[in-house]
Amino acid sequence: MTTRIDTRFAALKAEGRPALVTYVMAGDPDLATGQAILEALPQAGADIIELGMPFSDPMADGVAIQLAGQRSLAAGQTLRGVLGMVEDFRRKDETTPIVLMGYYNPVYSFGVEAFVKAAKAAGADGLIIVDLPPEEDEELCLPAMAAGLNFIRLTTPTTDDKRLPAVLKNSSGFVYYVSMTGVTGAVIKSRGAVGEAVDRIKSHTNLPVAVGFGIKTAEDAAEIGKHADGIVVGSVLVDAVARSLKDGKATDQTVGAVRDLVAEIFSGVKRARG
Amino acid sequence: MIGRQSILEADVDTTGINSLRNGPDDNGRFGIFGGRFVAETLMPLILDLEAHYRAAQKDPAFKAELNDLSVHYAGRPSPLYFAERLTKHLGGAQVWFKREELNHTGSHKINNCLGQILLAKRMGKTRVIAETGAGQHGVATATVCAKFELPCTIFMGATDVERQMPNVLRMKMLGAEVRPVTAGAGTLKDAMNEALRDWVTNVDSTYYLIGTAAGPHPYPEMVRDFQSVIGSEIKSQFAEAQGKLPDAVVACVGGGSNAIGTFHAFLDDADVKLYGAEAGGHGVDVENGHAASMTGGRPGVLHGNRTYLLQDKDGQILEGHSISAGLDYPGVGPEHAFLHDSKRVTYAPITDDEALEAFQLCTRLEGIIPALESAHGLAQLMKVAPTMGKDQSIVLCLSGRGDKDVESVGKYLGLL
Repeated sequence: MTTRIDTRFAALKAEGRPALVTYVMAGDPDLATGQAILEALPQAGADIIELGMPFSDPMADGVAIQLAGQRSLAAGQTLRGVLGMVEDFRRKDETTPIVLMGYYNPVYSFGVEAFVKAAKAAGADGLIIVDLPPEEDEELCLPAMAAGLNFIRLTTPTTDDKRLPAVLKNSSGFVYYVSMTGVTGAVIKSRGAVGEAVDRIKSHTNLPVAVGFGIKTAEDAAEIGKHADGIVVGSVLVDAVARSLKDGKATDQTVGAVRDLVAEIFSGVKRARG
Repeated sequence: MIGRQSILEADVDTTGINSLRNGPDDNGRFGIFGGRFVAETLMPLILDLEAHYRAAQKDPAFKAELNDLSVHYAGRPSPLYFAERLTKHLGGAQVWFKREELNHTGSHKINNCLGQILLAKRMGKTRVIAETGAGQHGVATATVCAKFELPCTIFMGATDVERQMPNVLRMKMLGAEVRPVTAGAGTLKDAMNEALRDWVTNVDSTYYLIGTAAGPHPYPEMVRDFQSVIGSEIKSQFAEAQGKLPDAVVACVGGGSNAIGTFHAFLDDADVKLYGAEAGGHGVDVENGHAASMTGGRPGVLHGNRTYLLQDKDGQILEGHSISAGLDYPGVGPEHAFLHDSKRVTYAPITDDEALEAFQLCTRLEGIIPALESAHGLAQLMKVAPTMGKDQSIVLCLSGRGDKDVESVGKYLGLL
């Protein structure tokens, strides 16, 4: 099976540049503005979109994404609402891959079989579920694969060579390398170590390797993008949403703030191999 | 592999294939509950922890050191006490207290902390973190860290910092850093999120000393093992006093470490009725007004395990409420979830008001000020004992002392 994710990475490989993967929280700061942000991303340079499914207890996230999730939930977001956003997006954009990212409990509560079917039908291409390691593959990973969704796994600095094959076994789409031990939005200590880690993972798999956590600027993107097949930005984008708000509400700056930042980081992605 | 019962218990594994004491399986499951639902960064750490724990279980030196500390540092065994006036007052079964509140640091929490700190030392860890609700686990952790010369950081919800100030001061005096957590409602759930965020950041140096029988495998099993000494002692002390088994055993359940430690020795004794008291808060009919996850929740995944959780229809976790900071948690240990489904243990909600009434009765009749957590167990006992015969016996795990609660109870009663 070939998904939009596979197609997109193949095209970018031919183009000779890494993918820009952008994370936004679905329905942040409100449902309508969240939809407008989502739809503005491809034009601004996003090659792949990670759409955050909000959760009350985001244990692997730093403050920026915690707050984004709270805004989204306060705005009335639900898992069905997130799938509705994907459906609306697909009516206008048939090619940009969407990966749903979040935590397991809302999916478990929705019902695994019902969820993978609904996600596929809505036009989602893959899943990243932070709290499902390979030891729990039977929960969602295998049903997702059977439904034609990529299951994208996080690998981390603590995933050693011995463990890596188990982590990669049921991975598809791409591999998401977490640049550090820490939560989203923290600071990368050593870019050199990230490059080495990407090379190490590539010696184990033919899948593209995208790097996320701690990438904040066009310069970060250009540097990390020398080695990686994709770079992921998230916390800085939801921070841009947060900074554009007035009294907690969206302003006429909100969508533009995200679009401009994505465009700027995209300039770094373009010169990564230049 | 050696038997999974407490390393402080008998050396021989006597559990049969149909025993309720065989869990968890190799994947850390008690039936459908438990498991290892953690981020990849933490997965190698919990596998490493499990390997070290298995090695420690087989090491006589580990067991000897833990036994020695339990006796000479913590003060074990804790007494089994016949509560004569309460028995008369209730007019039914004979009431006994397992006096865990007499342990060093004032609760059962020290049992688990001693076991885990020895493990942390074996693993060469140089820093300890922990979450705490009522502060009892935080105090016990700060205590063993002082004794074993390890720096420690305790995560505590900001709401709990306020309502359990005496324990906050104790932790600070013991040298711990107390980090108030303002996210969410500022209670135990939020403290655990923040502790997990710290652990994922400081993977090399840090040992996460979980205080309740919940979290990713092997924590629920390990904490249970270190707490099983409670039930084993009840069994032998009661046999010595009465020459038989008690008819019923009661404990309060938040995450459920004192309860699983109390129940575990009795799981295969079908004649012994087991009761767990959940925090019923303002009443289980009040939305988000209680913390009774088994009575009012449904299975879900949080903090590394599948268990009963208080959640809304979209799977978002509710904050819950209890007057008792130690029970104010929207989940419960996975083994309790399993024992609830299998109906071996009867879990029932106790409201804030019922707990307060039990708190006062115990104080006046027995001269023992119980922790508000333990008062929930006592309130459940007060419902059950009068329905039993005078020749029958019921044992309460009096898990902690109430010094930490006198201010908040005093306010509630209008004494301040």
